[in-house]
Amino acid sequence: MQMPKPDAGILDRKARIVARLREVLPKDAVIDAEAEVRAYECDALTAYRCPPLCAILPASTEEVSAALKVCHEEGVPVVPRGAGTSLAGGSLPTADSVILGVARMNAVLETNYPDRYIRVQTGRTNLSVTGAVEENDFFYAPDPSSQLACAIAGNIAMNSGGAHCLKYGVTTNNLLGVTMVLMDGTVVELGGAHLDSGGLDLLGVVCGSEGQLGVVTEATLRILRKPEGARPVLIAFGSNEVAGECVSDIIKAGVLPVAIEFMDRPCIVACEAFAKAGYPDCEALLIVEVEGSEAEIAEQLGLITQIARRHDPVELREAKDADEAGRIWLGRKSAFGAMGQINDYLCLDGTIPVSELPKVLRRIRELSKDFELEVANVFHAGDGNMHPLILFNANQEGQLALAEGLGAEILKLCVEVGGCLTGEHGVGIEKRDLMSVQYRPADLEAQMAVKDVFDPAWLLNPAKVFPLEASASRREVA
Amino acid sequence: MRPASMAELAEEIRNAGGPLRVRGGGTRGLGGAPGELLETGGLSGIRLYEPGALTLVVGAGTPLAEVEEALSAEGQRLAFEPMDHRGLLGTSGAPTVGGMAAANVSGPRRVQAGACGDFMLGVRFVDGSGQEVSNGGRVMKNVTGYDLVKLMAGSHGTLGVLTEVSFKVLPTPASVATLVLPGLGLEAAVEAMSRALGSPFDVSGAAHLPSGADGTAQTLVRVEGFSESVAYRSARLSEMFAPLGPVVERDPDLCDALWRRVRDVEPFHGRPGDVWRISCKPSDALAVATRISAEDLLLDWGGGLIWALVPEGTDLRARLAPEGTPRLGGHATVVRGGAGLPVFESEPAPVAALSAGLRKRFDPRGILNPGLMA
Repeated sequence: MQMPKPDAGILDRKARIVARLREVLPKDAVIDAEAEVRAYECDALTAYRCPPLCAILPASTEEVSAALKVCHEEGVPVVPRGAGTSLAGGSLPTADSVILGVARMNAVLETNYPDRYIRVQTGRTNLSVTGAVEENDFFYAPDPSSQLACAIAGNIAMNSGGAHCLKYGVTTNNLLGVTMVLMDGTVVELGGAHLDSGGLDLLGVVCGSEGQLGVVTEATLRILRKPEGARPVLIAFGSNEVAGECVSDIIKAGVLPVAIEFMDRPCIVACEAFAKAGYPDCEALLIVEVEGSEAEIAEQLGLITQIARRHDPVELREAKDADEAGRIWLGRKSAFGAMGQINDYLCLDGTIPVSELPKVLRRIRELSKDFELEVANVFHAGDGNMHPLILFNANQEGQLALAEGLGAEILKLCVEVGGCLTGEHGVGIEKRDLMSVQYRPADLEAQMAVKDVFDPAWLLNPAKVFPLEASASRREVA
Repeated sequence: MRPASMAELAEEIRNAGGPLRVRGGGTRGLGGAPGELLETGGLSGIRLYEPGALTLVVGAGTPLAEVEEALSAEGQRLAFEPMDHRGLLGTSGAPTVGGMAAANVSGPRRVQAGACGDFMLGVRFVDGSGQEVSNGGRVMKNVTGYDLVKLMAGSHGTLGVLTEVSFKVLPTPASVATLVLPGLGLEAAVEAMSRALGSPFDVSGAAHLPSGADGTAQTLVRVEGFSESVAYRSARLSEMFAPLGPVVERDPDLCDALWRRVRDVEPFHGRPGDVWRISCKPSDALAVATRISAEDLLLDWGGGLIWALVPEGTDLRARLAPEGTPRLGGHATVVRGGAGLPVFESEPAPVAALSAGLRKRFDPRGILNPGLMA
C-alpha cells in the first residue's frame, strides 16, 4: 500500500506544532510521546500501521475548532478518528498528520421523544445511543457489527449500515443534522431536528465522506419506537443458488423482513466449530428475521416458510422462544470471531444486485481455487451486501499480498455484475486504488470537486478514498 | 432544446451561450426564470426493472405515470409517495422522474419510509460544464466514494441535469387502514400524531386537515401491511385513541383519496393566495401556526410539515421571526406565488459559502436554472 511521502517540513516543526496545540487544548488532550501515539498507529485494518505526528483528544466543538485552526495555519494534515474500528483503514495516520480523536465527546445533549430524535456528541458509541433511549422503548436503528465499540462519528463518516438496514436504512437515512467543524476551524450546522430543508443537501454529502470534508462533533439522530417483538427463522439449503432464489422470492412476495442473513458452507462450518449453535449440515443457510406483535410475526413467518418450502429446504427451524432465537443468531453473530480463530482474514463488503448472487458466489469459489485461499461468505442477502472473508496466514511471506489480490478480483467482479466496491465499510485506503474500476475520471473529478470546496488545501484525512495519482495534483498544490 | 441522449445533452450544455431553464414535465412551473428551455423528455424510458431486487433504473425524462404503471403491474411502488403539483399550482403536463428527483419530492410517507433522496440509489447527470458524471449505482447499499446522489436530490437542476436515476422500490402492502380522529384542535392533533408515530405500530402517515368549508377537522393516522397485521395495529391504535372517537377506514380507495388530499394539498386547490411549506420540529408546529396566522393550514409528517395558505405577497419568514424573538427552527419555502421573495430560506454565511462553492464548481458559468436556489 503506497502512502504519500511525509512532509519533512512538518516533521521538523513537530515541537512547535505540539506546543501550539497545547496552547488551545487542555494539557492532557495533546499526546506526543512516542510510546503513547503508537496507540493510534492503526485501526481495525491492522495490516497497515504508521504512528502519527501526535494525537489530540478535544472535548468540545470549540476545542475541535481551535485545534483545527492551528493545524490549518500550520498546514498539517488531520486524520479524524472515531473508535478506530474501520475495516478499510479509514483512520490510518500518515507520519506527518495529527490524529483527532473524538473519544472524549460522548455526551447525550438532548433526547426528544415527541419529535423522535436524540442529539449526541459523536464520540458516543453506536450501541450507547440506543442505551440512552431504550428505557423508553426507543432505539437507534443502524446496527453495524461493531456497534458495541464504534463511534457515531465513524458511522457518519462511513455511512455505516448493519444487519437490520434492509428495513430501517443506513446511517444517512437516520441522520437529521450535524454540527461540523471545517478544516479552517469554521463551525457549521447542517440539517437539524426537522426533516428535509430547502437548500442543497450538504448533510447528505457529508455523510459517507470518510472524514474528508469536516469533523462532525455533534449529531441529531432519528430514534424509533421498538417493535413489540422480533423472531428469526433459520432455513438451510442444499446449494447457494437455491438459497439465492429463495431470497429473491421472499422479497418479490412483498414481505420486508428486518434482516436476511446468508452464510455459505465454509462459514457455517467455522461458526459451528466456534459457537456450537447447532446449525444443520448444509451448503447455505438463511436467517430471516421479522418484527411485530405475536400474530404479525406468525403471519409473516408463515408466508416466508411457505416460500422457503417451495425451494425444498434441507431444514427449516422457527424460533419458538427467545432462547431459540438467540441460538439461531449465535452462530451468525460470532462469524467474525470464528474466522479470526482459524486464521487471519480480510473482510470485503462489495454489494451486488440480489439477482446476481448465485453467479457471484460461483465465481468467488472459482477464484478461491485459483488463488488457493479459502473464502467464507456471510452477508446481508436482502440488500446484496456481500461479506467475503478471505482467510490467509499473515505470518507467511506473500500471503497478505495474495489475499489482497484475490480481494481485488472479487471486488472487480462485484462492479462487473452491476454492483459496487463497498456497501458499508467505506473506501479508506483499502479500496482507494480500485476506485477507477467503478468510476471514470470525470466521476472521480466530480467527487473531488466537493472536497475542493470543503477542504481546499486537502488536509483532512489524506490519502483515503481517491487513487493517489488522481488526487496528486491537488495535494501538491496544497 | 430537447436532447435525445446524454451525449447530446452534454454537447448542448457545452455549447450553450447563456442560461438554461431545465424542465421535466413543467408541472411545478419554475416561474419566470430566464434562459432557453431545456427539456428532458427525450431522455425517457425504463432502462432496467428487477422486482426481485427492488431496483428500477429509469431515464430522467420518463413520465412518472409510466413508472408507476410498471411498478404497479408487479405489486410495487415508489414508497416516498411523491406529490402531484398540478392541482395546487394550476399547471398541466406530466410530472417526470427527473423533476421529482431534482426537487426531492416526497409525500406523507416520508415520515416513516424516507424522502425521495433516500430511495435514490444512483444518478447520471451532465454538469454545467458539459461533463458527464455517474454516481452511486443500482445496489441497495453503496458507500463507494462521496454521495453525490443526495447532493443532486433537491438541487433543482442547479448543479447538473439528471439523465438517469436508479431507485429502490418497495412492495405495495396488501392492506391499508386510516384512523380518522374528528374535530381535534391543532395542539391536540399534533399531540395525537406524535403519540401515533411514537407507537410500535409502524405508522406510515400522520396528517391533520383543519376544519374547512367542508366540515370538521380530521386527524389521520395510517397503517399499512398484511391484512391481519393492519387489522391488529389499527385496533391497537383505536384503543390508544378511544377517548378521541376514532373511526377506522379500511376501504383502500377511500384511504387513497384521503391521503391524496394530504399529499397534493387538495384543500388549497383553486383558492387564491400564496402557498408556503414549512419544515419544522413537530413540537414547534403550534407555535409556528400561531406566528404565521395563515388563512388555512394543513399538517403532514406528524406536524413536521406545515402547508400554509396566506394572502398574496405575505412574507411568511418575517412572521416566523418577529423582531426581538428567536427564529423558530426549520425552513420556509415558497411553493406558489411569493411575490418575488426568494423561494428558499437563506442559509447562514458559512453554509451559504459551501453551497455557492459547490455551484461554482459544478456550474462555473452559472447557466443552470440561475437564480432558482441562490
